[in-house]
Amino acid sequence: MTGNTISIPEYCLVLLVGPSGSGKSTFAARYFKPTEIISSDRCRAVVADEESDQSATSDAFDLVHFIAEKRLNARRLTVIDATNVRPEDRRSFVDLARRYHALVAAFVFDMPEALCQERNAGRSERDFGPHVVRNHVRALKRGIRRLDREGIRFVYRFSDPTRVDEVVVERRKLWTDRREDAGPFDIIGDVHGCADELERLLEDLGYRIDVERPPSGPAYSVTPPAGRKVVFLGDLVDRGPRIPDALRLAKTMVDAGQALCVLGNHEAKLVRKLKGRNVKLTHGLADSVAQIEAQPDGFADEMLPFMDGLISHYVLDGGRLVVAHAGLREEMQNRSSGRVRSFALYGDTTGETDEFGLPVRHDWAAEYDGRAKVVYGHTPVPEAEWLNGTICIDTGCVFGGKLTALRYPEMELVDVPAARVYCPPARPIAAPEPSGAGDDRTLKLADVIGKRVIATRLSRTITIREEQAAAALEVMSRFAIDPRWLIHLPPTMSPSETSTRDGLLEHPDEAFDYFRRHDVGAVICEEKHMGSRAIMVVCRDDTTAGGRFGVDGSRRGVVYSRTGRAFFPDPETEAAVIDRVASAAGRAGWWDEFATDWFCLDTEIMPWSVKAQSLIDQQYAPVAAAAEAGLGATVDALARAVDRGVDVAALAERFRRRQARAGAYRQAYNNYVWPVSDLNDLRIAPFHLLASEGAVHDDKDHGWHMAALARLCDADRALLFATAHRVVDLSDEAGIAAATAWWDELTAAGGEGMVVKPLDFVARGKRGLVQPALKCRGREYLRIIYGPDYDAPENLSRLRQRGLSLKRSMALREFALGLESLRRFVDRQPLSRVHECVFGVLAMETEPVDPRL
Amino acid sequence: MLLTISTDHRPATDLGFLLMKHPDRVHERELAFGTATVFFPEASDRRCTAALVLDIDPVRLVRGGSARADGPFDQYATDRPYAVSSFLSVAISRLLGTAMGGRSRERQDLADTPLPLTATLTPLPCRGGPEVLERLFAPLGYELSTRRHALDPRHPDWGDSVYLTATLSGRVRLADLLTHLFVLVPVLDNQKHYYVGTDEVEKLLAKGQGWLENHPARQLIARRYLKHRAGLTRAALAQLAEPAEPQTPELHEAQAAEEEALEVPMRLNDRRLEAVTDALLATGATRVLDLGCGEGKLLRRLLREKQFARLVGVDTAPRVLERAAQRLKLDRMRPRQRERIDLLQGSLVYRDERLDGFDAAAVIEVIEHLDLERLPAFEHALFDGARPAAVVLTTPNREFNATFARLTAGRLRHPDHRFEWTRAEFAAWATRVANRYRYAVRFDGIGDAHSDHGAPTQMAVFSR
Repeated sequence: MTGNTISIPEYCLVLLVGPSGSGKSTFAARYFKPTEIISSDRCRAVVADEESDQSATSDAFDLVHFIAEKRLNARRLTVIDATNVRPEDRRSFVDLARRYHALVAAFVFDMPEALCQERNAGRSERDFGPHVVRNHVRALKRGIRRLDREGIRFVYRFSDPTRVDEVVVERRKLWTDRREDAGPFDIIGDVHGCADELERLLEDLGYRIDVERPPSGPAYSVTPPAGRKVVFLGDLVDRGPRIPDALRLAKTMVDAGQALCVLGNHEAKLVRKLKGRNVKLTHGLADSVAQIEAQPDGFADEMLPFMDGLISHYVLDGGRLVVAHAGLREEMQNRSSGRVRSFALYGDTTGETDEFGLPVRHDWAAEYDGRAKVVYGHTPVPEAEWLNGTICIDTGCVFGGKLTALRYPEMELVDVPAARVYCPPARPIAAPEPSGAGDDRTLKLADVIGKRVIATRLSRTITIREEQAAAALEVMSRFAIDPRWLIHLPPTMSPSETSTRDGLLEHPDEAFDYFRRHDVGAVICEEKHMGSRAIMVVCRDDTTAGGRFGVDGSRRGVVYSRTGRAFFPDPETEAAVIDRVASAAGRAGWWDEFATDWFCLDTEIMPWSVKAQSLIDQQYAPVAAAAEAGLGATVDALARAVDRGVDVAALAERFRRRQARAGAYRQAYNNYVWPVSDLNDLRIAPFHLLASEGAVHDDKDHGWHMAALARLCDADRALLFATAHRVVDLSDEAGIAAATAWWDELTAAGGEGMVVKPLDFVARGKRGLVQPALKCRGREYLRIIYGPDYDAPENLSRLRQRGLSLKRSMALREFALGLESLRRFVDRQPLSRVHECVFGVLAMETEPVDPRL
Repeated sequence: MLLTISTDHRPATDLGFLLMKHPDRVHERELAFGTATVFFPEASDRRCTAALVLDIDPVRLVRGGSARADGPFDQYATDRPYAVSSFLSVAISRLLGTAMGGRSRERQDLADTPLPLTATLTPLPCRGGPEVLERLFAPLGYELSTRRHALDPRHPDWGDSVYLTATLSGRVRLADLLTHLFVLVPVLDNQKHYYVGTDEVEKLLAKGQGWLENHPARQLIARRYLKHRAGLTRAALAQLAEPAEPQTPELHEAQAAEEEALEVPMRLNDRRLEAVTDALLATGATRVLDLGCGEGKLLRRLLREKQFARLVGVDTAPRVLERAAQRLKLDRMRPRQRERIDLLQGSLVYRDERLDGFDAAAVIEVIEHLDLERLPAFEHALFDGARPAAVVLTTPNREFNATFARLTAGRLRHPDHRFEWTRAEFAAWATRVANRYRYAVRFDGIGDAHSDHGAPTQMAVFSR
């Protein structure tokens, strides 16, 4: 203790240690609130009415623990007022503190025995014999020197009663606590010595960097944009080409109060190396050591205290923002313990390692539901994506990705591409795994049930909840087609935001607005066909089917629904459709053009009634029949009453309107119904060429897809037809007006409406992945969904209240999983890896979402 | 929906006094689900007609009246806002309750007198066909005429809908007519928009007093009125001094009942359980898997045998496993008994290491629910993966279907059966599997065998 002031963290567990009569309670009462102090004597009285009833000690300590646990869980300073003289007394409290990530401070009252005996003698409630205090004193003496090895961080020892009266106990904030600092911040992911990219990124963010180059090495000075501050997420060092400069730049900014920097696992290891510990020179550490050695003398000595002084995380902006190298669970934020540090540095590892020898990570972010946003790095991802209020912005610059910054509170992502690959990633982004040749017998239940975390290229990891997987298992086991064919399931599609125009629930304006808001420049509007969604896998011949898909060769392709079921009840129709499409592909020259023996199409098959006839018979047609009969009879009865002069004119008018709407409902579903007796009555509209050998075509824009598919459709105009579409530049008001007029025309003619997609297959805005498609359904089509009377003004106003966020979040996750399954299939990964994604889409679809969206 | 009640009793306008509604006014009432209106399309001395119209709020049916609770239905595309249903019963009791109670302030003598009355209901959903209407109303003395509405006039081939315009005429007290409609409309519709509990039994008995006790269709009425809740139906019939008959399956009831009904005369399921239990006992197995355990009938039987120290039931459907746990009363089992048995969610077509190391597996009436193309995955997961010492497997014998009078030739016993095999087909499959995975196999039939078609169920016992 320095001087007379003792400084303890404002959140910690304080243990008072000393014999009975050593002055603990008196001391505690002076510095701590009564509510902060848990006294074992007091708890003994609570459970047994007598403070001195030793038979109640065990129960009393249960109560002490219980209260302490509740307080620590709520992050409140807690003082244990008990003798705590034996190591085993202290251990349970130290364990408790550890569980709640609280540091432990001990105030030790090592007072002369005689003084304690004397004090106790004067107190009637302490009529225990002198041996009790004697034993306390002996026990304390035995353990007193080893307190710091018991996990107690701060030990303050008093052996002189006058000294106790002189000290002052102060509380200080935790190092992590910078809640008063509200930024704005520019948070930068793992630099790994990529100083070129760091300098460019800082400049892009508006920081001016001046460098002087004296012989002692470059000296930076940085001028930030007004009020802004950088946060480095750690891992400045290792692997990259300019590690010393990255350190210099960060240190300069931190020293100048222009930046904060948290500790990364690579700094932690480098610090140990520089301190002379025996550390293996792996994962790029050798680069740091070599580059530091090449620096002028004194460089290491300057940087060591800087790195050694970095802390695990910061809590910023009133607790709304947490930054940590590898992220942090809510219950660890603004707390301190070995586990907090280890989590912040290494993330949530399971202790296992994967096939590349790297730790298998548990996806804490998938379960995160904390109030603070958590920005972190550590795990390279292709793109920074928000998940549950967390975002990883390590976009693998040193591995040839890019260096990303998050502007807070603007939440904009700014990035600079890596000039080159400085270091090959240990865990490749497209890991070439041995092909399992698609044997469905290799599928293991353990690979699909339980909570699943699936890493996708498009988005970050996607979590499948255990109940979702459980619900999907029956469908997949009993109703889905052979999993060897099931290489993709399509994502769900959200409607556009609800329109407020008279009589409308949906309108293209909202779709265009959405994409404009998400930084999309051009969209494609495609006619939405009202049939049934079908995925089609088509092979050039039976041999391909056997070889590429690992099936027995009895068919050369499949047509399946969005839940993986066979589209056609009979194999003959399916085979005939596949033959026709394969022949068309041959005539269109596709096999050579794409150098492939198979392809996968996303299509709509019409008429709707071919799949939905039982739904029409049991639901839609009966509604129309009931409505027409009931409303017709009511209108007649009201007319007769009106003729008699009864005052029902308004009611009669109301029912006439309802009758008209019932007729419109009848017409609405009839637009999508026609009899099918054979293949000639079917119409198929392909709209995505999803994949062919060696390629997932998500890197081509929709214009390319439409053009390629138009050539296929031209080759069999009886069965196939190209989707009508138009590309719209979102800054072109005339183009938007024309597309809107087109929608009016389509829907007036009974069409379902249109689908608006970003022209790019995969589009990203400042806020991450953008919806791959939004549907704008026509007024009459929606009548089928929302019922005959939905557009009556009194109904429409209520129906407009609908939430899209769950649907949209599912659409993005399913989109990422669907493309991932194709990518894995194209990369010839094992069937289990393809299947896990497809299973994931099916599992997501078990989530209860408003079925009308 | 529309209910009209007409009379040509003189003066016909007395109908207004009986209904306590002035024929020249409009009588409107807000109800929880919409608005009910009574008016008179005609009101002369010779003939008077009252109309009750319901204007049901379709959004409230789904979203509920407040932000707190959802409505009783989950679809907007529903006939509920348009069809005659239990909503009409509610409206009758609210707007015409006094008349239904047989009271009239001005014309009590008339209320007590049978009058010539005609009621027309549009559109009346009549589940089970117009003959159900006949069964319900003819015994009460009504003459009936009906007009069926087509499902879709543009598609005559789709046939008729369940909706009728039904006209009932008779000389009855108005109170009786209203009471009959109140009880029998939901019976015809065979559904109700609200929860049915024990109150509903009392309501039925009170409203049925004087006519339901001797109604020849009282079984059907009680069952449908009480939403097929067997306990309530028994209670109602007991109070009508009537022992409940075993329920005969109706069209809409569970598909499983179909298969059971076909096989019921010989209690095939019980015999199957006995045969499988015997076969498992004979293998000497102590640790047994029941793959596709369903609701746990076999497990319950196996628990009675001390030889089986460990039983694990596996099914794909979580809700089926929940029901199995309830039926086996797992939560009330003695601890020692409870340790013998577990239920797992699993699948026959995925390799599952939790199933390794068992002495025997029972696969009872399960494989026919898998697509043929998935059978190799099942074979591999069980015979190569889990590899129990013995497998007892049963499946229907398709040849035997010829003896089911109710089964159309060529049809399978259960709508979810993906295939049914003849004895030769089954033997060929089982022999191939046994050879491939080094098991021995023997065959047996379960149930009374037919001289040509064999036994209804065929069983294979694999061992290694």
